[in-house]
Amino acid sequence: MKEDLRQFILSEFLPGEKPSNLRDDTPLRTSGVLDSVATLRLVSFIEERYGIEVQPHEASVENFDSIQSIVSFINGKKASAS
Amino acid sequence: MPALSGKLVSNCAMETEAFHLCAYLEASASRFPRRFAVFDPDGTALTYEELNQRANRVAGFLVSQGVRPGDRVALVVPKTTVAYTALFGIMKARAAYVPIDWTGPIERARSIITSCQTRVVFADPKLQGLNGAADVLVPLDAVAWDAILDCDPLEIEPAERRPDDLAYILYTSGSSGIPKGVMTTQSNATGYLDWCDDLFAASEQDRFGNHAPFHFAMSIVDMFLPIKHGGSVHLVPEELGKNPRELASFIANHRLTVWYSTPAILGLLAEFGNLSRVDCSSLRLVLFAGEAFPIKKLRQIMELWPAPAYYNLWGSTETNACTYKLIPKPIPADRAEPYPIGRSGSRCSTMVLNDDAQPVTPGEEGLLYISGPSVFKGYWGRETVFLERDGVKWHNTGDVVKEREGEGLVYVGRRDRMVKRRGFRIELGEVERGLYQHPSITEAAAIALPDSESGMRIIAYLVAPREPRPSIVEMKAFCNQHLPAFMNPDVFLFAEALPRTRSNKVDYQTLIRRSQAEEDQKVPRSAFGIGGGSSE
Repeated sequence: MKEDLRQFILSEFLPGEKPSNLRDDTPLRTSGVLDSVATLRLVSFIEERYGIEVQPHEASVENFDSIQSIVSFINGKKASAS
Repeated sequence: MPALSGKLVSNCAMETEAFHLCAYLEASASRFPRRFAVFDPDGTALTYEELNQRANRVAGFLVSQGVRPGDRVALVVPKTTVAYTALFGIMKARAAYVPIDWTGPIERARSIITSCQTRVVFADPKLQGLNGAADVLVPLDAVAWDAILDCDPLEIEPAERRPDDLAYILYTSGSSGIPKGVMTTQSNATGYLDWCDDLFAASEQDRFGNHAPFHFAMSIVDMFLPIKHGGSVHLVPEELGKNPRELASFIANHRLTVWYSTPAILGLLAEFGNLSRVDCSSLRLVLFAGEAFPIKKLRQIMELWPAPAYYNLWGSTETNACTYKLIPKPIPADRAEPYPIGRSGSRCSTMVLNDDAQPVTPGEEGLLYISGPSVFKGYWGRETVFLERDGVKWHNTGDVVKEREGEGLVYVGRRDRMVKRRGFRIELGEVERGLYQHPSITEAAAIALPDSESGMRIIAYLVAPREPRPSIVEMKAFCNQHLPAFMNPDVFLFAEALPRTRSNKVDYQTLIRRSQAEEDQKVPRSAFGIGGGSSE
């Protein structure tokens, strides 16, 4: 999951970046790597790929500020759904 | 307001001072004291009487702080009923409000404040770095606001007001990299609203959504036109404005009748707003401006919202919207290109001139000039050139247009380095100025390419000879600190050197050709991409 997210973020929002520069804890929202439109696109990707529905308030800076936090958010959603 | 406290207010007050935005408020406060004037998204609202009385107290506070007619007062605060009340208070003190993006880089806010020498700054209490920028800095928390509302109200004689009083200064991207302040007088603003009124016939039943930020010229119509008629303003703060799902519920819950935003936002609403499940049938008018609306997206929103009338508006911060096009319903099936910018509004005029300032033959390309009451007074602290013809003042928009029979004016493009992205005006020189602030960057060039998915992509070419060169993550974050979010480049490319012309200027044409060729070779981007964008 981490690598899927990393790959998506790199190809969509950081074209040309070395994968090693996007770490699991690199700030995404607070740093400006992801703006609001980019976040919408990422949310769509996640909903489709992992079969979850993200509520508007859940696409928050806290949940989406790093690959790590996105992974725990998705896992939390999956656990509560099952 | 002694002159407005009696019963015989409206007619004579409206006629003699219809040139002042505060006169709209005072007349409506007298006609409709208990009606709601302005709403926060949570439903908190102020009646006309409350809004008017509070604005008088803000004006009283400002005068006690030494604000005099003609002074500037900055607002670097989130969009709330408090900020909205404050801007009326500023104008009641016969000062000009200077709205500044509080979410943007603090250096930019500071440079604007020092540029137009604002006497007082209302700032969000969390913001750091504005100390000393103006004589009086008011961190606008609940305590400060309560204290301001305890001040004695200012009772100004309406007769003291002048049509030429500055109403506001909106800062827009400057080609030299420094934002420039567009000075708008009270009669510019009301003259603009008069033509909007001719077209949109607002009434006290109208509920206007205010999506555009206060520092964006698009906000003027939805902030003030309802006030003229006793209707209501429904503020959409920054975060909500970027969230299409919540925005759709907002429009439904507030039963808005008029919506005005960029095509980018309407595109996001159509795509992510779940509009088939949300009842937005109260809408009677949908207005858009800021960029061309791709026809596929326009069709999409018109199918989801079939009832309202749709208008494409066109203008600039310097003139506000001055041409319009009513979109036919349904859009003919064979229509493939975006609708044109149309014809001039009722109180303004357009003309298309060649580079020698001579009229072009109909159908030929030329520069669009605008005249009328909404044409601004000038740029703050800069020489401003208007074209004088037969005693009329014309503003050269810099937009290249051509007349097409039956359709009106068609936008062709620009000859300078100004681009529109998500409805925001961007001078690429300002993007470069931000990039140059990075210590590793020795050369920087920004170009823009049209993009079918996001409208416009900004590509930054950089030279950073020292190793290690900054990562793209770092550049993105750096730009986020030094440029407004809508100017942050989509792509960063490092080069050994930038191509130069024979006169040693950056050869932008080569960069554009190179990027275009690379884009053309690329496989289409992910299927998850969305069109449009958001107004941020």
